[in-house]
Amino acid sequence: MSSNLRWRKFVSGFMLTMTGVCALVAVSVLFFILGYLVFHGGTSISWNFFTKLPAPVGEGGGGMANAIVGSAKLLLLASLIGVPVGFFGAIYLAEFGGGATTFVVRYAADLLNGVPSIVIGIFAYGLVVLPFKHFSTLAGGFALGLMMIPVTLRSTEEFLRGVPRALREAAMALGASKWKTVATVIVPAAYRGILTAVLLAFARVAGETAPLLFTAFGNRFWSPGWDQPTSSLPVMIFTYAIAPYEDWHRQAWAAGLVLLGLILVINIVARAILARGIAVPRS
Amino acid sequence: MRMTISKVNFFYGSKQTLFNINLGIAVNKVTALIGPSGCGKSTLLRTLNRMYETVRNARLEGEILLDGQNILAQDVTSLRRRVGMVFQRPNPFPKSIFDNVAYGLRINGSKVPLAEAVEKSLRHAALWDEVKDHLHKSAYELSGGQQQRLCIARALAVEPEVLLLDEPCSALDPISTAKIEELLVQLKDLCTIVTVTHNMQQAARISDFTAFLLIGQLIEFSPTPQLFTTPGDPRTEAYITGRFG
Repeated sequence: MSSNLRWRKFVSGFMLTMTGVCALVAVSVLFFILGYLVFHGGTSISWNFFTKLPAPVGEGGGGMANAIVGSAKLLLLASLIGVPVGFFGAIYLAEFGGGATTFVVRYAADLLNGVPSIVIGIFAYGLVVLPFKHFSTLAGGFALGLMMIPVTLRSTEEFLRGVPRALREAAMALGASKWKTVATVIVPAAYRGILTAVLLAFARVAGETAPLLFTAFGNRFWSPGWDQPTSSLPVMIFTYAIAPYEDWHRQAWAAGLVLLGLILVINIVARAILARGIAVPRS
Repeated sequence: MRMTISKVNFFYGSKQTLFNINLGIAVNKVTALIGPSGCGKSTLLRTLNRMYETVRNARLEGEILLDGQNILAQDVTSLRRRVGMVFQRPNPFPKSIFDNVAYGLRINGSKVPLAEAVEKSLRHAALWDEVKDHLHKSAYELSGGQQQRLCIARALAVEPEVLLLDEPCSALDPISTAKIEELLVQLKDLCTIVTVTHNMQQAARISDFTAFLLIGQLIEFSPTPQLFTTPGDPRTEAYITGRFG
């Protein structure tokens, strides 16, 4: 074997190993985090964790039922705001926009995406909390919803643009109006991608803590209503993790595990229920 | 004449791509548009159902009549129901075979029974026997040639008066091409056919009339046997004998 060939084989093998290692690192981080959470928080997860209110300091047991329900309510509100605005905004950008408007909207969305979450929190505080004179679930959902808009908008737009022009032409050649083409061909063709985009945005805001600190605030008890402060998993993790009690630390780990688990379950269920239909093959 | 094209000039922005085209499309005949790449044959085809309007800055001057009525003054969606189109590459929707064919009927709120109409169209497109047992499978599971026949069935389902085909066989193998050619000849009883092709033999095999275009101008338009045996213009002769193109 010539030395040239041996060198090429070596470079090939080296690069292949490197790419493989990087791919492995990329996925192993997730499993490492998961393992870490299970190790530290696994023992604190019990039926009580899902059904009981937090226990006072020093008293063992207790759970985070109110935080789980609170997070669910916040995310529901956030999705009600973020998904429709992002989705229809993306349809406008991808299908009907053009020129300066599109440029400005897209640029603004990218900027909004880069706004630190704590700033979004202050904004929601000024806009919703101050006028109502108290913290509320609504304010928290509003803050998270704002954060969902740019992610949903930009990725949905990309997926809509990815639908082959040939499909648009096919629909229009059959006498479909622009709106019908979008509703019956383009959105269904981009559907799986859009679903992924929405789930990503959802997962991203599910773990947000900063914007909730002074909007939804927190609550040791059940939140009495949408216009009242509520507990949420990320804020509970924050509060419990910085507290000086060993028991609370374990509970914070457990809450992290539950949060991750819930996002995973929602992701899987949403895909199982919603991701039907036929995908456009890549050409 | 099913359609009459008179004094048509066409522009993309400031660039003129068709120059004073006059052409009649005969009822229940196959009319072929031939010419080298970039001669404007696809552009001309796309004026007939106003598909050019999907392109920004495209502009048409002149008059195109369908059954004596100016298509430029009509509602574009109803025009496209009467003038169907099949494209260069098969472009089925990401839906089942059945839903693909039923699409045009559904969006137009047609009252005819869907199952019957779908079967009829698939039979006309010579695809029924191959797909009748798996109508609810994805259209993408079909071969390229089958997909193109599905697209023809989809266009036929709304019972157009004219069917436009833009190089329908250019992405297909010879066997699928032969099937589609055979199909087009049969379909002329059903509707008027206009097809673009860069394949002269194909035009000679299937068409009744042939129009030869060159850099945006209609050079010659005559019955197919005449155009291929005794062309009236030296440029036509040069093209069909393979001296350029």
